Amino acid sequence: MTNPALPLIASRLVISAITLLIVSVAVFFATTMLPGDTATILLGQAATPEAVAGLRKAMHLDEPAVLRFLYWAGGLLSGDLGTSYANDMPIADLIAGRFVSSMKLAGITALVSVPLALTLGITAAMLKGSLYDRAVTVLTIGIISVPEFMIATSAVLFFAVYLQWLPAISFANETVTWSDVLRVYAMPVLTLTFGVASQMIRMTRAAVVETLNTPYAEMALLKGASRGRVVLRHALPNAVGPIVNAIALSLSNLVGGVIIVETIFNYPGIAKLMVDAVATRDLPLIQSCAMVFCVGYLILITAADVIAILANPRLR
Amino acid sequence: MTNLVEIRDLKVEAKTDSGRIVEIIRGVSFDVQEGEIVALIGESGSGKTTIALTLLGHTRAGCRISGGSVALAGQDMARLPERKRASVRGTQVSYVPQSAAAAFNPAQTIMEQVIEVTRIHDLMSADAARARATDLFKALSLPNPETIGDRYPHQVSGGQLQRLSAAMALIGDPKIVIFDEPTTALDVTTQIEVLRAFKSVMRKSRIAGVYVSHDLAVVAQIADRIVVLKGGELQEIGSTEQILNSPQHPYTKQLLGAFKQAARAASTASQEGRPLLEVQDLVAGYGPMQTDGTPLIKALRSVSLKVERGRNLGIIGESGCGKSTLARTIAGILPAVSGAITFDGKPLAPAAHARTREELRELQIVFQYADTALNPAKSISDILGRPLSFYHGMAGEKRARRVDELLDMVRLPRALKHRRPAELSGGQKQRVNFARALAAEPKLILCDEVTSALDTVVAAAVIDLLKELQRELSLSYIFISHDLSVVEAICDEVAVMYAGEKIEQLPPSAMGSGASHPYSKLLFSSVPKLDPTWLDSLKQDPELLSAFSGR
Repeated sequence: MTNPALPLIASRLVISAITLLIVSVAVFFATTMLPGDTATILLGQAATPEAVAGLRKAMHLDEPAVLRFLYWAGGLLSGDLGTSYANDMPIADLIAGRFVSSMKLAGITALVSVPLALTLGITAAMLKGSLYDRAVTVLTIGIISVPEFMIATSAVLFFAVYLQWLPAISFANETVTWSDVLRVYAMPVLTLTFGVASQMIRMTRAAVVETLNTPYAEMALLKGASRGRVVLRHALPNAVGPIVNAIALSLSNLVGGVIIVETIFNYPGIAKLMVDAVATRDLPLIQSCAMVFCVGYLILITAADVIAILANPRLR
Repeated sequence: MTNLVEIRDLKVEAKTDSGRIVEIIRGVSFDVQEGEIVALIGESGSGKTTIALTLLGHTRAGCRISGGSVALAGQDMARLPERKRASVRGTQVSYVPQSAAAAFNPAQTIMEQVIEVTRIHDLMSADAARARATDLFKALSLPNPETIGDRYPHQVSGGQLQRLSAAMALIGDPKIVIFDEPTTALDVTTQIEVLRAFKSVMRKSRIAGVYVSHDLAVVAQIADRIVVLKGGELQEIGSTEQILNSPQHPYTKQLLGAFKQAARAASTASQEGRPLLEVQDLVAGYGPMQTDGTPLIKALRSVSLKVERGRNLGIIGESGCGKSTLARTIAGILPAVSGAITFDGKPLAPAAHARTREELRELQIVFQYADTALNPAKSISDILGRPLSFYHGMAGEKRARRVDELLDMVRLPRALKHRRPAELSGGQKQRVNFARALAAEPKLILCDEVTSALDTVVAAAVIDLLKELQRELSLSYIFISHDLSVVEAICDEVAVMYAGEKIEQLPPSAMGSGASHPYSKLLFSSVPKLDPTWLDSLKQDPELLSAFSGR
């Protein structure tokens, strides 16, 4: 007997691949539409027209955009991300170290925010209508409404300037001891967690409340099951699909949040690299960073969908 | 015998969405003796399920027990603390839900859920529980009792799930089982098996029961005593014999009257001439087209029928037999793949959008759920005015007058026209739904289960109205229903459908004895009768039963 989930998962993966292709087209053409001619920028205003033309030819800038896209996409597929315009280094090398730093930040944030959000969301759903539930709701809505840069700057003002407990700038390479790790990551992780967790709490609560309203949850209660058992054994397994999707969507918000947080705390991650690349008009670097973000986003969403498919007993 | 349950002056309050507090159970008292089955009967909103749930110490969200006591073996379930209540549930009192399909957790195997009671209350080892569950499966005559527990709920049929939920209720050896309309969602042929299984298990183990239902004939088969409820108040209580044969309370009489009236055959004058509607070899279905030009899932396989002017055709069959698809195909909502529809001598296009306005006007459809068929944002006069403008180009004063006439026709007060559907009762909504079809001044109305969502008394009144309108307006109906007594009451001819095919057509007088197809025989013999001995004396060929209802 073939597993009915397999074709579904396969088609989901194919859709992801197609999405990635569309995204790469969008990223490439959006960045090439940025104003200014790359060769002129690189050579400065004093360059002779011959020099500019020579550079354009050398960089294939005189060829049609479609052809340049094919070169670029082909390079991506073979692992060649191209060379940075700004400092002539292979982009792969530039990104590698920064990528690890960003993943560390995102990973720690996920480790903190997911368990926190699940606990708060599930308990709020169990105690629906209670003072605790309302407090959690008010708090999460409050935090969602505050933009991340506001939280980040307030945190700097409070912890770094007034209390002087934490450094205002996070250099990840200074982390030697655990207390260093704590000092460096505390504020960025706090800021990101605020933004990410509140969304997750709300969606987890909604998903669990919905399954608790089903006849089978009532049936479990009438079998004499305790509230905890009803939630853990009957409601949660059926809420996995929406919850996993909520987690994936929220974590993908990290992508946007990371740009702000890395900039404010001067954290040497990939988002900071991208922001710097925009400042120096380093097109290949911008494109590569954008692709890294998109791939990360797609992996999260696809993983959530696959888990949701696997969690459905009808497809087992 | 001692009283197992003593309910005294029970009161339950509900909080409405607007925050108003309404008393939905107003001082109900009755007893249940050990080993006795008591039925709670009444229409929707009568509070029968609410009362039954208080026996488990449970109220639905927004409700609370505000007074009185519910004593179960000496313990007052209304006042027991949460933890104690949980320890009683499943071991002393257990619950069989209305829709087992919804009450089983889709993510767990059936066995896991059936033996969960023993796990929660630590009654026996998992192996012993499994063995006991298998015994119960056998006692409830479930197929493959050894392996059925390993399946997931979506892998077994509705009738089987309902019996499995009974096994779930019985595994903790309770003193009393609450049945909450356990056969309402089932087809009649399936209902019989389930009722039989319930009855034999309950009788053998001498367990008391509270059986909630709106169907007197079902209750007559299983209950020792009947409690009649209306509007949260007890109307009458008595033995099954007494309630059926010599009811005292006017409401009980009305309830029985509605039942007997429905069983009276209709007589409408027949007119000769060409048929009003003729359907030839109709094929329709759902899903993508295959290479041979037929849809993947065929809901109708070559159906032919005729409706004479001024006469009614009933279409019966169990859920999934294609009867609603037939109505949708005739109306053009689901275009037929092949076959011909001839209306009043002229061929009709398969799809509704290809038909002329006049053709659409003459053939109207009324849907089962008035709730979803009426736009909740529009007032009744807007709802009725729309077809008047569309088909007859009416406006202003003229249209308003016609809306009044339509409301008169369906026996609704004119003042209702300013209200919205949500402010009407179920029966009133169905009348508006019907008036909307009448507004077009059709020759033929397709009625798709129009009384299924209504209570017996209300449904009987709607049927009477349909008959009266037919006499006045010389209409014809195609009446689709799974309820044989309703079809019998209004139709001149009855077509039986099974698995997308019309297997037989016969006059309603022949429904008892004249059926020739084995499935029709099975179907007609499965309709419960008010006679309490009916179920026990009913003989059905077991092979036939498994051939047609083994799904």
